[in-house]
Amino acid sequence: MKIKHLLERENVLAGLLLLPVVTYIVLFIGFPFVMSFLYSISNVTIGNPEFKIVGMRNFVDLLEDNTFQQSLVNTFIFTSVSVGLVLILAQVLAELLMREFKGKWLVRFLIMLPWTAPIALGTIGFLWFMDSVFSPFDWLLRTMGLLGKPGALLGASSNLYWLGRPGLAMASVILVHVWRLLPLATVILLAGMNSIPKEIVEAAQVDGAGYFRRLFHINLPLLLPVTAVTVLFSVFFTFTDMTVVWVLTKGGPPPHATQVLASLAFLKSIQGGDLAQGAAVAIFFFPVLAGIAALVLRLAKKSVVT
Amino acid sequence: MASVEFKGLKKYFQDVHAVDGVDIEIKDGEFLVLLGPSGSGKTTLMRLCAGLEKPTEGEIIIDNNVVNDLPPRERGIAMVFQSYALYPHKTVFKNIAFPLIVERLDKREIRKKVEWASGLLGIGHLLDRLPSQISGGEKQRVAIARALVRKPKVLLMDEPLSNLDAKVRNSARVELKKFQKEIGVTTCYVTHDQAEAMGLGDRIAVMHEGRVRQIGIPEEIYHEPADMFVAGFVGVPPMNFIDHDGVVMGFRPEAFLPAELMNDEELMKFRITVERAENLGSYKLVYGAIGEARVIANLSPRYLIRDGEDYDFAVRARDVRYFDKKSGKRIKK
Amino acid sequence: MLKKILSRTGFYGILSVFILLSATPFYIMLITMFKRSHDLFSPDNNPFIFNEPPTLEHMRLLFTQTQYTTFLLNTLFVGLAVVAITIILAVPAAFSLARIAGRWGEGLGIGIFLTYLVPPTLLFIPLSRIVSLLGLQNSLWSLVLIYPTFTVPFCTWLLMSFFKSIPKEIEEQAMIDGCSRLGAFNRVILPLSIPGIVTVIVFAFTLVANEYIYALAFIQDSAQKTIGIGLTTELVRGDVFYWGALMGGALLASIPVALLYTVFLDRIISGLTVGTMKH
Repeated sequence: MKIKHLLERENVLAGLLLLPVVTYIVLFIGFPFVMSFLYSISNVTIGNPEFKIVGMRNFVDLLEDNTFQQSLVNTFIFTSVSVGLVLILAQVLAELLMREFKGKWLVRFLIMLPWTAPIALGTIGFLWFMDSVFSPFDWLLRTMGLLGKPGALLGASSNLYWLGRPGLAMASVILVHVWRLLPLATVILLAGMNSIPKEIVEAAQVDGAGYFRRLFHINLPLLLPVTAVTVLFSVFFTFTDMTVVWVLTKGGPPPHATQVLASLAFLKSIQGGDLAQGAAVAIFFFPVLAGIAALVLRLAKKSVVT
Repeated sequence: MASVEFKGLKKYFQDVHAVDGVDIEIKDGEFLVLLGPSGSGKTTLMRLCAGLEKPTEGEIIIDNNVVNDLPPRERGIAMVFQSYALYPHKTVFKNIAFPLIVERLDKREIRKKVEWASGLLGIGHLLDRLPSQISGGEKQRVAIARALVRKPKVLLMDEPLSNLDAKVRNSARVELKKFQKEIGVTTCYVTHDQAEAMGLGDRIAVMHEGRVRQIGIPEEIYHEPADMFVAGFVGVPPMNFIDHDGVVMGFRPEAFLPAELMNDEELMKFRITVERAENLGSYKLVYGAIGEARVIANLSPRYLIRDGEDYDFAVRARDVRYFDKKSGKRIKK
Repeated sequence: MLKKILSRTGFYGILSVFILLSATPFYIMLITMFKRSHDLFSPDNNPFIFNEPPTLEHMRLLFTQTQYTTFLLNTLFVGLAVVAITIILAVPAAFSLARIAGRWGEGLGIGIFLTYLVPPTLLFIPLSRIVSLLGLQNSLWSLVLIYPTFTVPFCTWLLMSFFKSIPKEIEEQAMIDGCSRLGAFNRVILPLSIPGIVTVIVFAFTLVANEYIYALAFIQDSAQKTIGIGLTTELVRGDVFYWGALMGGALLASIPVALLYTVFLDRIISGLTVGTMKH
């Protein structure tokens, strides 16, 4: 059979076109993915190339380690609080952006900045914003009399050590996450809201449904898939994030007040040289990721059937 | 110009028998219409002919060659889709010229042929426009011009008139037939509109559930239907069916008239209880019941019919067709 | 009437709050990069305005005494190379999945998209090992090799949805008109997909500009650093932050990316959510 005609055979052509991508993914995602699991049950370090299976020892060590426990808890707290806040705020903002008004393009650009600016660069801005001496936010609070005077609402010291006190540092990390994710969540919700056919809303209005009834019986149910997508992506980006923590606090204030799983994994492996332990930490992502993957699959199946 | 033949053609999609054993011969230069409701397999059959689907079984023969293994571009066919499938990013000229450009003809040749095809269809003045800038009817002509420009052996058309406004549709239909006769290209035309089929086809193949129920000239299909499906599908309003003596009697609404209007030929008389009479301008439709069966009569608007009353209607015996109750097949008495 | 006025002021009021919250950090960055050091480091001075006339001293420092331009060029290089690789890999795959592969195409497409969910913060450990085994440690080429792991899955998915939006009949018409399947792709599908492909290019570039952990793990040599890593590690000498230059550097690199991203945002979001919303 001529080569030309061979290429006409759908299966052959499809296979050939997919080969590069599938090969690449298997080599650089699939294979390393398996390697992570292997590393986590081994004793590999950067200095020592020897590879020995040590069973669950890394995991046991981790689970008894305070730092790890704190990282695990932090990761969950940061994720849930951030995503929760983002969901609420994004609903409000999306409603606002549904309307037409002058200069909308500029407003959109400004509102999108936290997400469209590269993550490390935006976070750098917050380094200054929350500096322990020069923080503009502190300046504002001092000017308003809420800080820096005896008897002031937020205390007599001239600065709130945003990144220096454990509680505040955690709040700061959450703040940056919310700040970044809000634009993304908003546009996704907005796209969903705009895709609700006008006729359905109008039919409900004609049928006599008031604002709240419409909200609960029409808008929210129809927005469920989009909201689910928003939640999934928000959780994913927060849960696996290392950049915000690393740039802002490097996991501090000491010893590990804002450490998260990702930054801990980095600390242990690249900085500490213990690849096996680092891998073990990262493996804890797996249950949550698998859960997200399952939900994405469910959503995708639903849409194919619709 | 070429003949087309489908031999024992079958196409199964998983467990859906889209085409379930079709044998048709289309003569050179003939205008054959594939008529049927949606899901009858007519479009699948056409796509098999074009090479857009591969048959599960059977042969497709164009110009005496078995083309099963040939890709669309090597079969010598041209096709017009229901949506016209004009290339949105190319001008009308480039659209029509496309098949010739692919063939790598020289620029002057291309220009000559495009001007011929567009002249034939009266769209010469639109050559520089984009598809988004012309009307539906004009788009259709561009699609046809593009199909004809390389003088194909076979022309395939998938419901090309159904996207047109009703008004334009009639005149387009007349022009299309005239046109096909002039050029003489073997044409296979798919439609679900039985009036279109009757008006256009040299022969009509009525399809249902993947099979051909009947193939013949329009008069045959209309007056001598092979089974109840064909009888009920062709003709608007549809044929009346009544259970009688263990068989099904069928007669067309226009053959069903008040008894007093009929001369004394062999008549079958019925008492009809009229539900409603609709005066539609040039004709009147009477909806009623004979016993349990619902019937429709199609008569002149001048005849007075009152809702709710009983009338004596009749059919000429030779206008009645008989069908087997179980199989639906025509019984010839 | 009053309700209307109240609702309108309420609307603009709340909107302004959101705008302020989103944009203030960038505004501060803008002011800071042009503020005189004396003005900048006086804690009692208003940080939101210029108390002393603006200066270009930080910008001079940034561009002449740091490797900022190198960082920018490095990021640009990696960006372009990765975009090229992504397009070469993803376009054929997306076409195959959208058109040819039929039912298992849908499944494989989702599968490829799911690999995006394997995060760099998990893969970086084995990948750093692979990178050093390949001798690419400390080189930008390590990034060029590895970055497609997160651009390709997403971009394949995006491209798949763009290709699917082109009516199948146009492609079939091209095949009847004389093209082979690949010919139809080149002459008809590709030209019609250009908006989608440009969107994917922009999106891939923003993904590259955002990447942090691989660059941090694979590259130590300052001359090979990309913008995110470079700014956070090199503009700190000991305990001293060169704030003016730092803010300027961050803002200057952010704005072009942000602009591009915003312009193409609608398309990206529609490509992303098309699978989950009813159409």
